[in-house]
Amino acid sequence: MSKIHVTTTINGDPAEFLCEPQETLLDILRNQLDLTGAKEGCASGDCGACSVTLDGRLVCSCLVLAAEAEGHEITTIEGMAEGDVLHPLQRKFLEHAALQCGICTPGFLVAAKALLERNPNPSETEVRYWLAGNLCRCTGYDKIIGAVMDAAAEMRGEQNGA
Amino acid sequence: MALDSEKRDFKIIGTRPLRPDGIDKVTGRALYGADMNAPGMLVGKALRSPHAHARILSIDTTAAQALSGVKAVVTATDFAAASSSFNQDVLDNCMAREKALYDGHAVAAVAATSEAVALKALSLIQVEYEVLPHVTEIEDAIKPDAPIVQEGRAADNLPEGYSQNVTHVMSFGHGDLEAGFAKADKIIERTFRTAATHQGYIEPHACLASMASDGRAELWCCTQGQYYVRELCADFLGLETSQLRVTASEIGGGFGGKTTVFIEPVALALSRKSGRPVKMVMSREEVFKASGPTVSSLTDVKIGMTHDGRITAAQAMLRYQGGAFACGTIEFGAMSAFAAYDLEAVCADGINVMTNRPRQAAYRAPGAPMAIYAVESVVDELCQELGLDPLDVRLKNAARKGTKSSYGPTFDDIGLVATLEAAKAHPHYSAPLGPNQGRGLSCGFWFNFGGNTCVSLNLDADGTVGITEGNPDIGGSRASISMMAAEELGIPYDKVRTIVADTASLGFNDVTDGSRVTFAVGLATIKAARDAIQKMCARVAKIWDIDEDAVIWEDGYAKPAGPNAGEFEPMSIAEIAAIANNTGGPIAGHHEINADGAGVSFGVHLVDLEVDPETGHTTILRYTVFQDAGKAIHPDYVEGQMQGGAVQGIGWALNEEYIYGTDGKLQNPGFLDYRIPVASDLPNIDTVILEIPNPGHPYGVRGVGETSIVPPLAALSNAVARAIGKRMHELPMSPPRILKTIKGQ
Repeated sequence: MSKIHVTTTINGDPAEFLCEPQETLLDILRNQLDLTGAKEGCASGDCGACSVTLDGRLVCSCLVLAAEAEGHEITTIEGMAEGDVLHPLQRKFLEHAALQCGICTPGFLVAAKALLERNPNPSETEVRYWLAGNLCRCTGYDKIIGAVMDAAAEMRGEQNGA
Repeated sequence: MALDSEKRDFKIIGTRPLRPDGIDKVTGRALYGADMNAPGMLVGKALRSPHAHARILSIDTTAAQALSGVKAVVTATDFAAASSSFNQDVLDNCMAREKALYDGHAVAAVAATSEAVALKALSLIQVEYEVLPHVTEIEDAIKPDAPIVQEGRAADNLPEGYSQNVTHVMSFGHGDLEAGFAKADKIIERTFRTAATHQGYIEPHACLASMASDGRAELWCCTQGQYYVRELCADFLGLETSQLRVTASEIGGGFGGKTTVFIEPVALALSRKSGRPVKMVMSREEVFKASGPTVSSLTDVKIGMTHDGRITAAQAMLRYQGGAFACGTIEFGAMSAFAAYDLEAVCADGINVMTNRPRQAAYRAPGAPMAIYAVESVVDELCQELGLDPLDVRLKNAARKGTKSSYGPTFDDIGLVATLEAAKAHPHYSAPLGPNQGRGLSCGFWFNFGGNTCVSLNLDADGTVGITEGNPDIGGSRASISMMAAEELGIPYDKVRTIVADTASLGFNDVTDGSRVTFAVGLATIKAARDAIQKMCARVAKIWDIDEDAVIWEDGYAKPAGPNAGEFEPMSIAEIAAIANNTGGPIAGHHEINADGAGVSFGVHLVDLEVDPETGHTTILRYTVFQDAGKAIHPDYVEGQMQGGAVQGIGWALNEEYIYGTDGKLQNPGFLDYRIPVASDLPNIDTVILEIPNPGHPYGVRGVGETSIVPPLAALSNAVARAIGKRMHELPMSPPRILKTIKGQ
């Protein structure tokens, strides 16, 4: 089986890899590119732990073939902080204790960032529905929703949350 | 052990600092089970039985072994005989010996150079099965003519009329039931069913094993207890424990399900045979089919009550199945069923029965939720029938200090009454309800545990402190342990760093279970800090040339005990550390203990919900958790435990269940069909932390992790009963079941 050569951009940097036709983007991120922040929780698109963006669109990287990354821009959790400065969502997740085990956290952060990029002022219900594709088994979601709402408020320039 | 929380004015305990492992976890840097690699690593995969029950006549691995890229194939013959019958069960669950006991039971495994080659190799393994009759449901498995899951496992005290599948028979209680029921004005007896549910951690089991030809081995895995993994794996591979070093990765959820082994000994056996590191990661389907769900249950409860709400007698018969092996979880069920009540006459009988299902693993307060669901449902129905307020009735019958518990011991200081009173006073309890809406409540209980614990506290030359502890951080425990060390030493939180040790770096620690870590590791941390303080005071006494007794420790400084001790400038921890080389060498504190006195935990949940009469769909409108934490070290993570447990319980009550077909196969081994709660299913989960100090801990801590999963089952069922005007006796209350109940079918 011959491998496919893929040229893509990951977290702003040029990247290339060889993949087999059936390999997923998640497989390549984790197993070839050492970007293990995206997690495999189900491999069927049900848990959202592998969330990344492809040209700004939120996708489950377990449902994207690696070959489909050709010519596109991928952003993963590893590309979220600017150097040592955390994204407001990352900071608010820490301040709100919005993680317990943390396995779902990268997926939630990537998904929440994608939400706030298209809707900077979501209602709590909108946040809950947007994040319904990300499973968390530890927190009951309460503190996650609070962190996202607070980060959104801060990013809008409001001081004390929405 | 003296309780000293009341005389303390805490500086750090009760605040909400950021967790030390936080940045790694929000940037994707934290390394979980599947995130570790090794040079020359192979991929391990398991072949699993497609049959619910089958004798393994032969396994031919010749073709698989001959496939290019395959480096090892193992079956049950590659493991040593286990040292106890319990351990043998664990091993037989990892790799079937004579029979495949459930759909998904591993029968062989391969290690190959790639996943594709490993999967191809699995398809080349020829297993000859003799398919046997199977049994997956409790009522079928207890019948005398049921297919026998495993021979020779029947309880010694097996009563007449039960099958050999019944492995445990027990009874707890006291008093004269007959006399008690005779005093009742109303007696209700009902039968309840709960489905098996899975812990549902988002991280599948994963490990990386590396074993050299001299027998030395390394294992990296996601686990709640690296020491127990070491004991089990060493036993199954015939190793001395010291030759196997187990390092716990960050853990992506466990809830009890990662307190045993599944793939870890298999990966080690594959590594031993291939001479290469082997990584194994379960798929989600494997997690559902072959790692532990909790028990399912079939329970009869009979309770008698007077017109004014006093319970006169209470009786239960609990039947649990915990899969294809003898399962002791029933004992926790029978012990906890009536724990919330002060009863003159009580009896809880329990039996466990084997079925052709995966071996159950602990799941958050194992055995308690299903027992207390049945009891709390009958109490609620009695309240409805007698026109009594359900909180008043619980207050009237509540266990309190001095109550002889239904399972034997007499309670010390406990927080049930305070918790019930807090619920009664809360605005939630008196808020108005609309049409098709109902309010439910339930008590919850868990025993809590202490256990074997070691902590080392190292004082560094710059005056900062390293804590070495041995329990994986499953939800913020590094933060709370650092806080307790900082509090005791009198130094800032950020001057302490807590790490989780591998098995070679610290003495034995029990598994992260029983809500034990903040209690027991916290206790050992405080004692290790006191040990270090004593040593520091001794060094300072030497410097000042006064008696050791004349030096005291206050707010991070060694000081003269009083005017008689002399006039000396207090010495900070940093000053003492800087010159430790000249005063006797490095300074470290230690504490090793088998901790007792964990202190039981009670909680009360209130829920408002609305049932759509057309679809049977339930919407949670409002939810409040009241729980006694003894002392909340880091309130954020206490609230998190209360919220997380509540939501797991909500999933159990409304959606989650293992569904078996008549073929004995699991019908829903994925997150699409086994539906756990998602963010849009839920409102905020409000929390009220009560603090009734536990006399067994220096700061009053009680474990908080497990109690919170117990009340939701009955709280939701009681709320649904009030919303639809009919009572259900089975979980989950999925929309089709609710609709059937509404329509009276």
